[in-house]
Order: sequence, then structure tokens, then C-alpha cells
Amino acid sequence: MTALAWLVPLALLMGALGLAAFLWSLKVGQYEDLEGSAYRALEDEPPAAGERR
Amino acid sequence: MDRHGAMSAPETSPACAADDTGAAAGSACRTISRVEATVTAARGAAPAPSATKTITLDVENMVCGGCMRKVETALAAVPGVISAKANLASKRANVVIGDAQEADAGKLIGALGAIGFGAKEFAPEAMPSAKQTVTLAVENMVCGGCMRKVETALAAVPGVISARTNLSAKRVTVVFGEAREGGAGKLIDALAAIGFNAAELAPETIQTGPDTGRYLLNRLAVAGFAAMNIMLFSVSVWASSDASDPTHSLFHWISAIIAVPAVAYSGQPFFRSAWEALKRLRVNMDVPISLAIFLATAMSVFQTIKGSDQVYFDAGVSLLFFLLIGRYLDQRVRVRARGAAENLLSLKAQWAYVIDKDGSVERLPSRLVEPGMRLAVAAGERFPADGVIVHGTTSIDESLITGETLPREAQANATVYAGSVNLGAPVEMEARAAEADTLLAQIARLMETAEQARGRYVRLADRAAEFYAPAVHTLAATSFAGWMIAGAGWEYSLTIAIAVLIITCPCALALAVPAVQVAASARLFDRGILLKAADGLERLADADTVVFDKTGTLTAGVPSLANGAGIADADLKAAAALATSSRHPYAQAVTAAAKARFGSVQAVSGIEETPGAGLCRVTDAGEERLGSASWCGVSQGEAGAASLWYARPGAKPVAFRFEDKLREDAAETISVLKNADYEIVLLSGDREEAVKIAASAAGIEDWHAALKPQEKIERIEALKAQGRHVLMVGDGLNDAPALAAAHASLSPSTAADVSQTASDAVFQGARLMPLIELLATARKTRTMAFQNFAIAAGYNMLFIPLAMAGMVTPLIAAIAMSTSSIIVTVNALRLRTAKLELAQ
Repeated sequence: MTALAWLVPLALLMGALGLAAFLWSLKVGQYEDLEGSAYRALEDEPPAAGERR
Repeated sequence: MDRHGAMSAPETSPACAADDTGAAAGSACRTISRVEATVTAARGAAPAPSATKTITLDVENMVCGGCMRKVETALAAVPGVISAKANLASKRANVVIGDAQEADAGKLIGALGAIGFGAKEFAPEAMPSAKQTVTLAVENMVCGGCMRKVETALAAVPGVISARTNLSAKRVTVVFGEAREGGAGKLIDALAAIGFNAAELAPETIQTGPDTGRYLLNRLAVAGFAAMNIMLFSVSVWASSDASDPTHSLFHWISAIIAVPAVAYSGQPFFRSAWEALKRLRVNMDVPISLAIFLATAMSVFQTIKGSDQVYFDAGVSLLFFLLIGRYLDQRVRVRARGAAENLLSLKAQWAYVIDKDGSVERLPSRLVEPGMRLAVAAGERFPADGVIVHGTTSIDESLITGETLPREAQANATVYAGSVNLGAPVEMEARAAEADTLLAQIARLMETAEQARGRYVRLADRAAEFYAPAVHTLAATSFAGWMIAGAGWEYSLTIAIAVLIITCPCALALAVPAVQVAASARLFDRGILLKAADGLERLADADTVVFDKTGTLTAGVPSLANGAGIADADLKAAAALATSSRHPYAQAVTAAAKARFGSVQAVSGIEETPGAGLCRVTDAGEERLGSASWCGVSQGEAGAASLWYARPGAKPVAFRFEDKLREDAAETISVLKNADYEIVLLSGDREEAVKIAASAAGIEDWHAALKPQEKIERIEALKAQGRHVLMVGDGLNDAPALAAAHASLSPSTAADVSQTASDAVFQGARLMPLIELLATARKTRTMAFQNFAIAAGYNMLFIPLAMAGMVTPLIAAIAMSTSSIIVTVNALRLRTAKLELAQ
């Protein structure tokens, strides 16, 4: 039963990390152009200045 | 059509005047780095001539309520100021001044400086973010390669720091390093050079306020996280039946810690909407939703503290999660349609050629034209603004404004309207503000009153909510009261009441209707139809009468040769050879007719065009002429017979007559509509003969000609009074009030801006068939929405008696509800690919 003492917080922490990652990606605009990002991943050239927002 | 009335007046504020005078009210002004200045003229939606003017000031060190009052008092004391209002959050002050002579921005800034506040004028387009950013709509950017090309081409334009494309929105955001000259012209030229058609989006259409999509998505993510974790704890709790196990209590407490903040955060959209409704003493669907979520959470917290096992955080949070999915889908449809519509409108927007005082010509987007500017309008172009002709004589095609297809002659001092086509010679015009008695202002007024009528439409989901919500509340209250009377104790009774609330929570209304609409609008989008109004589909499905406009709607809106059969091959060939060199619509119609007959047209050299008259070419035999009657030497008596003449030496002049041909599938579309039992009416502003011909060709018996905008509305109101639901299809400015007055409306993408804005949907292409597709989809959407209601109602009928009998715990209620949500969503997705026919 003592395993619960650290397993439960660990599980919650991992879930919270996932949530935080999603909220962050939403905030920096990674979902603003889903189609375009698919193509950008295939670009060889380094991203132009100011491309990251 | 609001004109942006902002003029820029750079001005340096007396930096840190407070330090010099020493009259600082405790707050030193040290950090004024940016200097921005603009006088923003008050922009009324109505063209009412207002003598007052609003000046917005950025007040640098206004940090407390006391400062705010000081600022307001100081500003109000300046002579000429009518009112002054300070805003602490934005650190701005809005000052309304009555007379520009008495008070100006400089005096206001001086007054603030005297009491120790650094201020400068606020300029929306001078703000760092707005000043240096331009958003362009790029029409034909469709692949990854295009993106790279667009970005590279834009980055090569001098002054551009970065260019970022958005392929989904078909837009590109360009950041400039410094203030730019001449608008986005250079960028658009750079894109045109590599084959992309681009246009600047009006700054006011770009969303700057809070992003509702992100607002909902944030809440959706939190609700999803909470639902998943709480569900995991619930599974283990429900798996062991021993309620005295200490882990039960532990897991309930953890669930509570997750659920309470999650509900408080993610439930906001529902709580807010429910509160708004209650404040107005109304009940919408969010009221029972909020009540169920709130009661379930509060009850569970109470039970957790008590150490009981009747804890239902999982039910409340997963209900919230599913409902937010519906809300988000609903919102996305609207945003996507609106973005596409905005792109379409800006790509249609045109340039105005402004003549400066020194005679130089500057290109400007026509929305930036201000009253008083002189504009050059070439033959074949559209007038970019309302105004009067200053120089030149021409003929004007006003079919988009009035529906009249015969061109009107116009001399100096004649009034012209934006959107009409200059057919004759190049003219100079002066832009004028919309006045109260112009056609445009009249149409704006008519539209305002017409739109109010449509605002009364209640959406299907809301109509259902009107009787559903009270029923839900009654059922829940009855079960609570029933179990109390039966002596079950208030906790058990409340648990049952919550179960009833959750089960009856109409996911069919909250999720399934949006899901059907997402599928429907995606389907229409693929077929070139843009759905603009969120409730447009519901109103389109109601339609039983279709009212058409003629010019540009039933017809293609461009002239074509009417008497081609009566013109000899040699004449047509020779006339077309001349005509190829002109952009005049009639000349282009002649060329098109010749191409259709001979396959190709031979170009000849040595053609001279005399604007407003015609074309001529000197041959060995003498002079050939193509143009107006007087140009070709046709006598006054004959001149009325045709609009274009061809004369060659030693032969009788040949007459060319033109007509506005029906769209190729117009008659077919009408017959499909008739078969589906729609009543068809044709209302046109054009002449009686022209309308009669078009009506008989299209197979419409009920037609009315020479109608003014007001009369079109009256006809539509008369139809409405007979209990008919009218779908108006039109494109002209004169149709705009009718479009707004009708139950539902549709316009082609070539329509006037105002008309497109007024309609529920816009279709693209030269065919009229999209109308059928739209009506079929709208009807199918309604059918599917009802199917989904039926599925949900079936679930309710099965579970409500069980719940009232106390046989369903809130957990089972939540599971049942989730299953019904999934079933209705899957049902909705069928619409995306279904084969549809317009049946009776």
C-alpha cells in the first residue's frame, strides 16, 4: 500500500506534464497551421529568421 | 462599407514636461520612449455627420485610481472637451472634443504634462505590433512548395524582417522593420511576379481580441486531463466494494483535488452563458448543464468530507469534457467559414488610383480611399468608391447596383457608385462621403431594419431547449421530492436527482447538432460553397420559396453577343480582329463569339482605340471602325437598334446586339427546384423586356421587373406574410436589403461586398447547381439533427425511469450519456460523404 504514496503522485505528475506540454504547444501557436507544419517538417533549409513565434 | 477615417499626424509629445515644471504629483515621468501620435476621427457605423471627435491618449504613468481621477479632471478642464474617460487597465484616456479648433491633442498632452503625466496620442496602426505587421490572403497557395516560394519572395522585399505563411488559413503574416510606404502594394507585386494572387486583409477583420478557439481548447484540455485521471481512480474505487477501505477515502480526496479546480476552470463557458440567461430571466440549455455539473461536484465534495462512497466527480467532469468537445466543434465551423469568407472578400477588393495634388498617381487599396480624394478610373474598371465625376464623359454599367443591364451615360458632376463598371472612357472622379440621401445610405438603412427581423430567428437547439430545460428541471425536482416523501433522506434523494439531471443532459443538443453542422459545412466547403452564418443551414432547410435576382445571379453578369446568327462570317471575323485589342466588355464579347465560331481570332496590327467611342484601323480600302453608333457614322434613327456597330468602307454598318445570358445550368436548376416543390419567383431591377426574356428562358412564371430595393423587400415581406420561408438568391447592391430580409440568403462570389456580407452562404463558380447541393445538404442536416435528437431521446426514455426509480447511479448515467454522445457523433459523420438528392 505504501507504493501508492509515490505511485499516485508520479502518475498525476506525468499526466500534468502532458497537460502542460499541450497547453504550452497551444500557446506558442503549434496548432495554428496544421497543414503547413506538415510540409515544414520536410524542409531541408534552416527556418528563416523570425519564423518561430 | 465603413470608411476608415483615421489620419496620421505625427507629433512629438513634450517629453517629461513634469520634470521641468516640477509640478509632478508624486509620480515622476522618466520613461517615455515611444512617441506615437494620431488623431482618430470618430468612426460611426452610420454616416451621420458628427462634429465631435475622439482622441485617445496613451497615459504613461497612470497607475492608480487617484491618478485616473486626476487625469480625467485635468482633461475635462481643457476648453472644448466634452468628456474624458480614463482606463486604468489599458493606461489610456478617451477624450471627446466638440470643436477641433479649441482643443487638440497637443493641448491635452500639455494639460496632462502640467500635472505630471506623460502622455501621447494612441495610434492603432502605429502600435509596434500593428504598424509593422501586414496579413495577406494568398489565393492559390496550396502546397508545401508554394509556402517556401511565398516566404522567400516576401523576405526578398526590402524592409521585410520575416514572412510566415499559414497554409490552413491561406494567409501570410509579414513583419516589417520600419514604417512602410504605399501599403502592401510591394508585397502583392512581389507575389504576383511569382504567380500568386494575393490581397491585403483589412486590419479590422484580423482577430485581435481573445481567441475563443484557444479559450475553449485550453478548457477542453484541462477537462480531458481531469476526466481521465478521475476515471482511473473511480475504476479502482468501484472495483473494490469495501467502502471502509482507507484507499477509497484517499482516492476520493485526490479526485476532489483534481475535480474542483478543473470544474471551476473548464465549466466557465457554461456557467457564464447560464448566468447570462438567468439574468435575463430566461432558461437556456446551459442552465441544467451548469446545475448538473455544479450539484454533482458539490454533492461529491460533501460526501467525500463525510467519508461516504457516493462520490461522482467522474460523472460531472466527463460530462463537462464531452460538452466542451461540442462547443469547440461548433466554434471551429464558424471561425473557419468566416476566415474563408474574409479571404474571398479581400481578394476581390480592388485598387484605386489616387491622383495627388502634384499630378502623380498612387495606387491604394480602395478601402483606404477617403472623401475628397481624386481618383483616376480607366475604361473597363470598377469605380472604387462613391463620388462624382470631375472630368470626362463615359457610360457606366450599374448592373451590380440597380440590376439594370443597359449602360447609363454619365458626364461631369454625375454621381457614381462603388462597384459599377466604367465602360467608356477613362474619367477622373472625386470620392464623396456617403450622404444620407444616396442610394448606398438608403440601402444601408433598409438593411438595418431588414436584419432586425432575422435576428428574431431562434436556433433549433435553442428552440428545443426552451421546452426541454424546464422538463429536465421538473423531472429532477420531482424525483428529489418523490424520494424525500418516500423517506429516503435528502442525500440519497439528491443523488438520484443528479443522476436524472445528468442523464437528461441533452448531449444531442450540445454535441450532435454541432457535429452534424461540422460535417455539413466541410462537405459544402469541398463543393465550393462557403457557409457564413452558423444558423444558416437551419434556415435554408426551412425554405420553400426561392426568390432569384436576374442580373448576375440567374445570368452570368457579362454581356454576350445576342444576334450572332445574323452576322456574316466575314463581318464577325473582321470585327473580332479589331475587338481583340480592347478590354471593353462588348469588345470581349465579340471576341468570345468569334472564338466560339471560328476556333481562333486573328489579331491585326495598327489598331487605335478612342476611349468612349471605339476602335479604328486604316486598311488599303479605307478606314474600318468598331464602336458606338456615332463613331461608325450610323444615323440617329438607326442608332437605338444596337449598342455596338462595325463599319467598313463601302458596306452598310453591321449592328451587334448584346444580352446578359443565363448561366448555363439555370433552366436545369429551376426545373430541379420545381420538381422538389419549391415556389420560384424572379425579382429584378432590370427592364421589363429583359426580365421577361430571362424568365421564360429559365422557366419562371412568377416574375416582376423594374423593382426598387424597397419594392423587393415588400415582395419578400408579402411572401412571408403568406407563411412562406423565402430563400433569396442575389448578387447586386440593390439585392442586399432583400438578402437581409429573407429567411435565408445566398449569393455568388462575384456579388457586391455588401450582398456577400448579408447572405448566409456564398457559392463559387459559373454554375447555379451549388444552390441545389446547398438546399439538399441543409435538409439532410436537419434530418440528421432530428435523428440525433431521437437517439438521445431514446436513451433518455430508457434511462430516466430507471434513474428516477433510483436504479442508476450517476456513474452509470455518465457512461450512458457518453455512449449516446459517441453514437450521435458517428451518425453525423456519415453526412460528409453521403449522396444527396433534393427530393420533395
